[in-house]
Amino acid sequence: MTGRVHLYDIDNIDTDRIIPGKYTKTLDVSIFADHCLEDLDSDFKHKVQQGDVLVAGWNFGCGSSREQAPIALKVSGISVVIARSFSRIFYRNAINIGLPILETPDHTIADGASLEIDLESGKVYDGNTEYSASPLPQIMIDILNEGGLVSYLKKHRTYTF
Amino acid sequence: MSLWQIFNMGQTISEKILSAHAGYDVKAGELAIVNVDSAMASDTTAPLTLKAFKEMGGTTPWNSEKTIFVIDHASPAPNERIANLHKLMREFARKTNSVLYDEGVGICHQIMVEEQHVKPGQLVIGADSHTVTYGALGAFSTGVGSTDLAAIMLTGKTWLKVPESIKIILKGKPNPGVTAKDIILEVVGKIGLNGATYKALEYSGSTLEYLTLGDRMTIANMAVEMGGKTGIIETSGLELPYHFEPVLPDSDAEYSQTLTIDVSSIRPKIAKPHSPENVCDIDDVLGTKIDMAFIGTCTNGRLEDLQLAASILKGKKLATGVRMLITPASRNVLNHVMADGTMNILSEAGATFIPPGCGPCVGTHLGVPGNNEVILSTANRNFPGRMGNPNASVYLASPAVVAASALTGVITDPISMGKDK
Repeated sequence: MTGRVHLYDIDNIDTDRIIPGKYTKTLDVSIFADHCLEDLDSDFKHKVQQGDVLVAGWNFGCGSSREQAPIALKVSGISVVIARSFSRIFYRNAINIGLPILETPDHTIADGASLEIDLESGKVYDGNTEYSASPLPQIMIDILNEGGLVSYLKKHRTYTF
Repeated sequence: MSLWQIFNMGQTISEKILSAHAGYDVKAGELAIVNVDSAMASDTTAPLTLKAFKEMGGTTPWNSEKTIFVIDHASPAPNERIANLHKLMREFARKTNSVLYDEGVGICHQIMVEEQHVKPGQLVIGADSHTVTYGALGAFSTGVGSTDLAAIMLTGKTWLKVPESIKIILKGKPNPGVTAKDIILEVVGKIGLNGATYKALEYSGSTLEYLTLGDRMTIANMAVEMGGKTGIIETSGLELPYHFEPVLPDSDAEYSQTLTIDVSSIRPKIAKPHSPENVCDIDDVLGTKIDMAFIGTCTNGRLEDLQLAASILKGKKLATGVRMLITPASRNVLNHVMADGTMNILSEAGATFIPPGCGPCVGTHLGVPGNNEVILSTANRNFPGRMGNPNASVYLASPAVVAASALTGVITDPISMGKDK
């Protein structure tokens, strides 16, 4: 897959900035697209297109446990999030809702770059530069391959290693 | 004899609790499927949890008595959309005999401890990041998102990577005016927002003998502000209204890092805008003008916090131009402060009481600040927009500092006012 980069190379982008708490209390998740990242970049919702890639710094998604954060990015059109590192709850939530994430600590990816990404191998190709993302544990690969935790459990009924 | 004894390798508290819940001995770094003792969701996370649970094919939770819902984050409902989400929770709880704490009962983490849904040595998972608070009881507790919680409702299990642990040794007696909040702000400042990511914090040391259950909840609560999976406090010195077997680490347990903090030298602390790791001694920000003082939250809304504030505000009035919000952490706390006169003292000083819940801390309702306003709060987070307005600035402090500052209108050292804890 290929995707155009929205770069926010800032550390500790927390869940309040991804989707403020005042908007989270709804089952109509499509409205998150109107507010995703609004306190960080009020233009984000106008710039983002289906299939784009979000690239960030260290500890992306820290703060609350709200699953609305990865959902907001997904309904905005983001297809993959690349960060130097992720907070652990965001990491789990993203996989559980079927939003692929890649941890690449040493990236020098530029805003607007066009990336080629192979999710299976965790390889990111940025022009002539190649990054290898930290591998996901097998259970997370299994969940992603099923399209998320709901589909995984619908099929398996329980966790299997 | 277990494998660990054969190889003579010690276990941390996290490794011991997770081994007991996996059914075999586990070590940091391993993935394990573990049995969960209790599962909790709030009105922020429960609606998506129930949706995912239904989509998974779930009808009744694996154990209704261990499935707990709390209406606290936007409670009482500020609008019809949220009112209908609350209704959804009530209907599900009624239909499945799950446990529901409705509006006004209190903040989920306070309720889980008060109502004994968590005990020492247990493994409790909540769809709220501050579920780590139960480390105060020597339990392994951590936050997950809605779908992970739905999976626990379906299976009674979750999967976890057994975390490495950071050992924090707290030694010495806190000085007058220095509270558990100042201790944890010192730790957060030292470890940083990312310093414990994927790891557990494990607290021990001579300071524990001075810490009440409430103090321990304040400390455990902010583990997630360091990225921590959990923050477990050794139960030595902890008194509970029931018998329990303490889970202690082995003397040869392995830690990724050990940090010793001399609590007797800590000054009152402040976390400046806009990050909980932006910690300084109060001396660096004395005199900063505030518009609003806020005492409450799962970090510092307990009886002792409100009593401490009342001891400072007794017979006095808030500074002109300063407003003060107080949210008791639970109805139980509210009933106590009504009975012992604490509420009168605070109300007569000019404070506004709002119902037990999370509203202002998460920016939902009941106290959203205006543009460029400065709030001094006893909460755990001060990220931009946290209280509902990205153009406001939030400083974090202890209830003693917040109360003293509400009197003067500027950030004030409670000791210099001649008031001790």
